[in-house]
Amino acid sequence: MNKKTKTGPVQFKRGIQPFMVRDCALIALATGKRARTMKELRDYLETIAPESIYYHFWGSLLRPRFEDPEYHNDFASWCAHSLNDQVAAERLAVVDPAQFQSLEDLRSALIDILDERIDELDVLPTTNQDKQFEFISSDIVVFATKRIINEPSELKQVVPGLSLGSIFYHFIDARRRNPDSLDDFRSWLLSFGSSYQNTMLGVAEIDPYFTNLTTLRTNLSEVFSKSMQGGV
Amino acid sequence: MSSLIESYAPYTGDDVINQLQELARPLKGLRVVHVNSTKEGGGVAEILHRMIPLMNDLGIDTSWEVLEGNPDFYQLTKMFHNGMQGDQVQISDKLLKVYEETNRQNAERLRDTLQQADVVFIHDPQPAAFLKLIDDRKGKWIWRCHIDASKPNRQVWKYLREHVKNYDASVFSLAAFAQPLPHPIYLIPPSIDPLTDKNIELEEHEIRLVLERFNIDPERPLLVQVSRFDRFKDPVGVIQAFGLAKPFIPGLQLVLAGGGASDDPEGQLVLEEVRAAAMDESDIHVLELPSDAHRTINALQRAATIVIQKSLKEGFGLTVTEGMWKRKPVIGGNTGGIRLQVINHHTGFLVNSPSGAAMRIRSMLKNQEKLSEMGVKAQEFVRENFLITRHMREYMTLMLSLVHGSKHRIDLNKNK
Repeated sequence: MNKKTKTGPVQFKRGIQPFMVRDCALIALATGKRARTMKELRDYLETIAPESIYYHFWGSLLRPRFEDPEYHNDFASWCAHSLNDQVAAERLAVVDPAQFQSLEDLRSALIDILDERIDELDVLPTTNQDKQFEFISSDIVVFATKRIINEPSELKQVVPGLSLGSIFYHFIDARRRNPDSLDDFRSWLLSFGSSYQNTMLGVAEIDPYFTNLTTLRTNLSEVFSKSMQGGV
Repeated sequence: MSSLIESYAPYTGDDVINQLQELARPLKGLRVVHVNSTKEGGGVAEILHRMIPLMNDLGIDTSWEVLEGNPDFYQLTKMFHNGMQGDQVQISDKLLKVYEETNRQNAERLRDTLQQADVVFIHDPQPAAFLKLIDDRKGKWIWRCHIDASKPNRQVWKYLREHVKNYDASVFSLAAFAQPLPHPIYLIPPSIDPLTDKNIELEEHEIRLVLERFNIDPERPLLVQVSRFDRFKDPVGVIQAFGLAKPFIPGLQLVLAGGGASDDPEGQLVLEEVRAAAMDESDIHVLELPSDAHRTINALQRAATIVIQKSLKEGFGLTVTEGMWKRKPVIGGNTGGIRLQVINHHTGFLVNSPSGAAMRIRSMLKNQEKLSEMGVKAQEFVRENFLITRHMREYMTLMLSLVHGSKHRIDLNKNK
């Protein structure tokens, strides 16, 4: 068995730091901005804080929401369920936030979709006051945990026990922080050169968008368990 | 050594408990005070009864103070409550003076505690005037509104707004309830506790005994609505729905069970209206239960075939959460926080009228398999979203956010 224990000091390659497991918690804030028509949605999108766009794409992973099997962001879901415009809903639903370099790029793509749809419609859909789109923002608090991963082979034991907040922080939020939009796991494995290429490929294949955090944790655990079985 | 918080692990998983312990670490030693207007009855008191010891268990020095008032004060604050939910109410200057004087007397009594606190949570309108009355405040003050204030009576809100606008932050259960205020407005739904008498698993024998006590037949379908006798809960509408469904399901039974809260003077009046509407229908059981009858309510909810909460206005609807936790599908009024919980075809059905409720009662009782499937989904939805552990995580996140200046991203390690 080539597994090293956590008891002794680990010799790292020069410059490689251990993986410090962190956690985060999100708290939602009302912005007071409410849209009743597609045009209002589009206009608010132009000026709303980027944190609100972030929240409406990713925040659903960390807040009470019955999983909508069809629409994975709030804008698409609202167009479908409150405006009854399935075309707009479908176009918004396929927007994958992980594909955008910045939230401003994402904002621009959303506005383009809505502008196009507004041009197509003779009468703009509207909804009742009690089904308005509520623009919500969020504060995120990031904090340390006691867990430290000293070497990649430990990932398969540690990841299944991580909180969903840790999964969010290292696998989703990391894409906003790291160069090339990498998650923290791949970013760390990359520092070992090409040693963990298969593992990185397995992680890269996990789609963070069309799922929930519990499934993401399971998927990551499976990749680490499988690829670290006999070493790399 | 196992702590109080660790006893929740079987319901939430170890990862949730570990996260709470980690999140609490930077808050250790903080002095937090909650103030509301009743120790017994109502969702707020129930949450605080559990949250205070749990927060202390995590090392956050948390206490709970209760405002004391006379019947005039509670009559007024009930009018505030109804007004915030949109009722047309006329409030005399005399009653407003009672409100201000009661707040002044209580603020005086609690002055030292409140001045020294690092964080103060003021729950609902009753003690909202405290902020203006306590000078030299050390900590952050948060107004926690549990009411559906989406369309408040403008006069009532204009008056209360003057009292709450200078708080450091406010908290509403849903974005739709939030009114514009010149400070951060956080959104935190309430929660239930799986370990309380109200929600803990019960032996079948205990449930049977409760049914026997109230002459309820365990073999026939049972609808249960548990809530204060309050017009916004529409108990008379539930009786109408029952009346419409009964000819098609002759064995149908209905329980309307309510407890009094010490800050609700209207309850007796509404109870009389409900009894009059039920007349002498022997399958309608109107039960006036003491505020501590938690196990009885638990048993009734567990015995239910369908839980009803046909509210016309609802802050959140914790009785919906309780029913769902017990694997019951819910027929709920299409309002407030019930919408966040009752998802059509998944955890129950939203309805807008007694006729709608009657139609859903009839169709749901025809499909036992679907009822069970909905019940399982309902419990899982509550497990992930509406248990007290999630509520605590959000309160702690809110406190950290406020203490660190309410920035969008707060990295606690960078501040060291």
